[in-house]
Amino acid sequence: MAIDTSAPSAGAMARVGQAMRWLRRHPTVLAGLVILLTVTLMAVFAPLFTIYDPQRLDPLQRLKPPSAEHWFGTDQLGRDVFARTVYGSRVSLIVGFTVAAFACIVGLVIGLVSGFIRVLDPVVMRIMDGLMAIPAILLAIAIVGITRSSIWAVVIAVTIPEVPRVVRLVRAIVLTLREQLFVDAAVSLGAKLPRILFVHVMPNTMAPLIVQATYVCASAIIIEAILSFLGAGTPPAIPSWGNMMAEGRTYVLVGWWLLLFPGLLLSLVVLAVNLLGDGLRETLDPRLRRSTNNE
Amino acid sequence: MIALILKRLVATAFVMAFVAFFVFGLLHLAPGDPAAVIAGDIATKEDIERIRATLGLDLPFHTQFLNWLGAIMQGDLGTSIFSGRPVSELILQRVEPTLALTTTTILLSVVVAIPLGIAAAWRAGSWIDRTMMGFAVLGFSVPVFVFAYLLIMVFAAQLKLVPVMGYVSPFKDLGGFLRAIALPTVALGVTYVALIARITRASMLEAINQDYIRTAHAKGLGIVPILFRHALRNASVPIVTTVGIGIALLIGGVVVTESVFAIPGLGRLTADSILRRDYPIVQGVILIFSGIYVLINLTIDIIYILVDPRIRY
Repeated sequence: MAIDTSAPSAGAMARVGQAMRWLRRHPTVLAGLVILLTVTLMAVFAPLFTIYDPQRLDPLQRLKPPSAEHWFGTDQLGRDVFARTVYGSRVSLIVGFTVAAFACIVGLVIGLVSGFIRVLDPVVMRIMDGLMAIPAILLAIAIVGITRSSIWAVVIAVTIPEVPRVVRLVRAIVLTLREQLFVDAAVSLGAKLPRILFVHVMPNTMAPLIVQATYVCASAIIIEAILSFLGAGTPPAIPSWGNMMAEGRTYVLVGWWLLLFPGLLLSLVVLAVNLLGDGLRETLDPRLRRSTNNE
Repeated sequence: MIALILKRLVATAFVMAFVAFFVFGLLHLAPGDPAAVIAGDIATKEDIERIRATLGLDLPFHTQFLNWLGAIMQGDLGTSIFSGRPVSELILQRVEPTLALTTTTILLSVVVAIPLGIAAAWRAGSWIDRTMMGFAVLGFSVPVFVFAYLLIMVFAAQLKLVPVMGYVSPFKDLGGFLRAIALPTVALGVTYVALIARITRASMLEAINQDYIRTAHAKGLGIVPILFRHALRNASVPIVTTVGIGIALLIGGVVVTESVFAIPGLGRLTADSILRRDYPIVQGVILIFSGIYVLINLTIDIIYILVDPRIRY
């Protein structure tokens, strides 16, 4: 009994130790993880990080520079910029994580099917080329335009331009795997297509897919911020780093803090995700080690 | 070779057809009735129906799509809901600033990024390399409008070296144009520089390890001709491809940059039209940008097919 419970935990301990050693050799990944965890905690427990309500107006405290009372200053309506920056992290993280998940799942399924079924492949790939020909920001804007503005509309609008990149990655891997012996073996053993795709082929796409997911996440956070900045993103009632900067842009010469703090946080989070992605790529994906492009 | 080019042309036609269909479908799904908007507030139901009939909005979807496609082939992109003027005319008025901004950005980025990438590959693992790669990650991480405002705060608000925003035509005042376009060019170029520098480094690394480079060293050639004449030429295919693919990135950035710096170009037109829900303009601009992107990449591919006999798609 004692052995039964201790054995797996010893294995788990060893794995944690291994991960720790790996992180020590990759300080940039560690930095990225720390930033990301801090911001995630900030987003989840936002009310614990600030005493101010991000929506409360204080007409007597308009456009005040950073001070001990208001760390990041106040905006043109007297709202606390620190509180709004803390709450604003929610939109960026929700959009970043859900878009990464959606785009990878949808892209994985389309990529697997397209790479394996020769008849579908040319049609699917032309559609993907078409989607990639439309600049991501314009495509997202056009999709948001036809829906009511909500965070889910933004998630869908940002997911669609990201899907083709995942499809191309998965399909390229499937095309090389299709020629491998273990797939031939599965086919000759009479395995059905779904079994071949999901049991034999899919696990081999996981490592590059996880790396790709981090890049999708980083790009999604940027596109969401741009949509909000252009006024085509989440509703203005929800503070996001993009719409905070949009509201602050008129005051660029008199209230630098309105733009600087949300902008810095936004860049920091994207940087953290990118550092994580680069570190994972180096370790998980020897195939990609020499290429440095996101595509 | 000709078969290859034809194949590429057919694929491109399919891609553009899909883009057109997709963009038209989006507009079709958009809320709001253009006929009601054009008719105005005091219009009766009959007025709206009549306008709908003149616009062909009462026809079935596929007929409308074919009519629209036919009009586009003749250069007619429809009419702006907001101003009532032809979309093609509105777009033509805005082409110059966008063309100027993208040209300066592409030129500056290529001139800065390729030497950076070469230096990083030449001294791979050194501080030059690590600094360059660090800046590249930063370049991918700082959104274009954040960087734009940082530049404005430092160079326009504090140092007062350049105007905060605005645009001056190079045909009227070249000095004024250069001062006005400086910050937007740098802001828009950063991600593009990062992209090109990274791919230059990667493909140069591959080229530098080849036998012919060792031969060039052995026969006593200097480092500059080795890097630029021998290595760069062989590393150029992925670099030029990335310069082409990166234009999609640049176009997205143009919308944001023009909005930040109040440059009256196509990007600004798009941003304004979204806020006014003026879909025909949004549609027209997306079509044009996508068309340009597809054409540039088609051209690059065809040049490769003509120049490099190893390429087989």
